[in-house]
Amino acid sequence: MPTTSFLGPALGLSAILFSLGVAGVLLRRNAIVLFMCVEIMLNAVNLAFVALAQLYGASGYIMVLFVMTVAAAEAAVGLAIILAIFRHKQTVDLQNINLLQG
Amino acid sequence: MTQFIFYLFAFGAVLGAVMCILQRNAVVSAIWLMSTMFSLAAIFILLGAELIGILQILVYVGAILVVFLFVIMLLNLSHATSDMRGPVSLAATVVIIGLLVVELAALWRYTPRRLAADIAQSPMLADPSAVFAAGDLSRQEAAARGVVGALAAPLFQTYLVPFEITSILLLAAIVGAVVLAKRKI
Repeated sequence: MPTTSFLGPALGLSAILFSLGVAGVLLRRNAIVLFMCVEIMLNAVNLAFVALAQLYGASGYIMVLFVMTVAAAEAAVGLAIILAIFRHKQTVDLQNINLLQG
Repeated sequence: MTQFIFYLFAFGAVLGAVMCILQRNAVVSAIWLMSTMFSLAAIFILLGAELIGILQILVYVGAILVVFLFVIMLLNLSHATSDMRGPVSLAATVVIIGLLVVELAALWRYTPRRLAADIAQSPMLADPSAVFAAGDLSRQEAAARGVVGALAAPLFQTYLVPFEITSILLLAAIVGAVVLAKRKI
């Protein structure tokens, strides 16, 4: 059995951080803060990958690299969308952004 | 001692996330998020992933958070009123988070021994060692090739196609961001 350090606590911390990210997405209306909470969730998943990579080898680290890439792409496109919406509506409050509500 | 450092940074990460959610001002939120990222980088290094820890600081703090701060600066938001949702949303959030925590708290009890027992009990589950190289193997590899080499070898051999697809994704994201941020869409 390979030796691991902090596997349980790291997975627990990952769970707490993920829950906090979900709470932020559900609670806040500011679109930028919402994106930050998504980043918290992605980070929590990264932590789980790194913790379990101690058991299963470097594949977990590779997944973390991919998650980071996708997070960067998501932040770039998402923030550009927020900028475009802000030019139209002068707000980033999600309660005022209801273009798709028909 | 290592234990103390781990829990110190874990506390820092959770505190940063909580404050990020609760702060009214988006800039202050971003700064608290930065403390979460730094704490997580330290935890990655404690978990034996030095390269990932450094990349965490470079990519998240150095790139993504700077983009966030730039956008906040460009938008010139007024932050007089709170943007928390109402009591109905709060109740729904408490219920959802409660369920999530109960589900995820099971992970706390996860240990290699328990994992092995789980795999032994359910023969349908694929043997992880058949899919992934064992952790000890990668540790020997890291000792032989160095921290970066141990990561680069699988990235450019086993995961070459996903790696190339990622580059296409980044290209699409760059084009998309430029097009979206132009004056007229």
